[in-house]
Amino acid sequence: MAMAALRREGRRFAPSSPPPLLDASALLIEHHVPFGARSISTQVVRNRMKSVKNIQKITKAMKMVAASKLRAIQIRAENSRGLWQPFIALLGDTPSIDVKKNVIVTVSSDKGLCGGINSTSVRLSKGLHKLNSGPDKEPKYVVVGEKAKVQLIRDSRKHIHLTISELTKIPLNYTQVSVLADDIIKNVEFDALKIVFNKFHSVVSFIPTVSTVLSPEVVEREVESGSGKLGELDSYEIEGGSTRGETLQNLAEFQFSCVMFNAVLENACSEMGARMSAMDSSSRNAGEVLDRLTLTYNRTRQAAITTELTEIISGASALEG
Amino acid sequence: MFRHAAKNLLRHRPVPTTSAAGAAAARAPSRTFSADAPAAQTADAGFVEAWKKVVPNIDPPKTPLSFMEPRPATPASIPSKLTVNFVLPYASELSKKEVDMVIVPATTGELGVLPGHVATIAELKPGVMSVHDGNEVTKYFVSSGFAFVHANSFADIIAVEAVPLDRIDASLVQKGLAEFTQKVNSASTDLEKAEAQIGVDVHSALNSALTG
Repeated sequence: MAMAALRREGRRFAPSSPPPLLDASALLIEHHVPFGARSISTQVVRNRMKSVKNIQKITKAMKMVAASKLRAIQIRAENSRGLWQPFIALLGDTPSIDVKKNVIVTVSSDKGLCGGINSTSVRLSKGLHKLNSGPDKEPKYVVVGEKAKVQLIRDSRKHIHLTISELTKIPLNYTQVSVLADDIIKNVEFDALKIVFNKFHSVVSFIPTVSTVLSPEVVEREVESGSGKLGELDSYEIEGGSTRGETLQNLAEFQFSCVMFNAVLENACSEMGARMSAMDSSSRNAGEVLDRLTLTYNRTRQAAITTELTEIISGASALEG
Repeated sequence: MFRHAAKNLLRHRPVPTTSAAGAAAARAPSRTFSADAPAAQTADAGFVEAWKKVVPNIDPPKTPLSFMEPRPATPASIPSKLTVNFVLPYASELSKKEVDMVIVPATTGELGVLPGHVATIAELKPGVMSVHDGNEVTKYFVSSGFAFVHANSFADIIAVEAVPLDRIDASLVQKGLAEFTQKVNSASTDLEKAEAQIGVDVHSALNSALTG
């Protein structure tokens, strides 16, 4: 009778979208045993409980670590937000500009367990690639971070021009990022650079963003055509002896390093925030699994005790006659 | 627990079919950011249109323009104050501060910017930048960067590094100057010579900033 009740309990778990863990424990109870044999062992359940508890502890610790790292880097990211605004005020933002050589710089994290932000960046990059593909223009990728590299290598291997990893091994600073930007500019020919990253909005929301940096030749071309914000650039006097071309060259490089710096910081913040959320839901799930396992364990234990008691009592009453 | 409830509520909202739940949760608060000027809106709208045609399943990414407040148009008469934004990679020193005048160290010399100054792009060399507001003057030593003056009396100064003058140690400046002068003399390759020359320039500018 106790066994039948247990079997009913076990079946109640099966339909609710269970992690594989729960199916196994349900099966455990439904295991067909000959009547009277006490093969219900709590050992398996106990082992599983121990491992789930460890997972819960680990994910909680990871969440704390991510939270503390987030606090530190969030201040820096917010302070760097003023950096790209003057460039947009001067040059405007033209994400839909039509150029031959597009380079898509995808910023992602090196480590995993951070939710879906890297997949979002990769999907966006692929979307941009498709948007800008044409008869004689193939966008190229410059990938920052291991996670995006792994995903992009699978189907766009020949388009990847440059990959950079372990950027966050030393704390991010402007010097490092400007050297990186310099390297990219030296090694890649571009008309427009599109930097894809996740902008940190809050601990639970990250906005995929694309920033555009144009090469000096394209800016010159747009100024001459006189349309939009860039057309007004003609009215700006260039201080100093250098021509507009030279100034635009320096300006483009400076703009790229500033935008990259902000992008990398924002992406790092988003990574920490996403990792916090992921680890938080993971510990919560582990807690729920642990609760269910505890119930199973108690029921199994109590069933064993009940069986023993009934045996003793029926034996005793048989003796009395 | 309550975060999950919020996400569920947003999912039940009538949302255009092709969006991921995460993007839906993100889009609602991001609307508070967008304050696009009309011209900017068309550029963004063009991009969104083109995106939707090619990649209909994914939400179009946001562009920096939607995160920025639009700048006011050029006024008819010269305003009385200059609005200055002075930004560094690690901080926004001055943000929309209304001042009377700024003097920036451009490559051709000191450039004084008053309200109503003609629109200019100036590259900066290491030197002293001073901000004049009424009677108070704040001086910073900037390493290098750019200064944009817009026709609407907005000045944007972007520097890589800036320190208030009282934080500079004179003895270290002298030592650095001597060291780099020596490096210039003993430099073998062009690259080393250029690097040493930059060091000399910065240190002599620091020196004159402290003395002058």
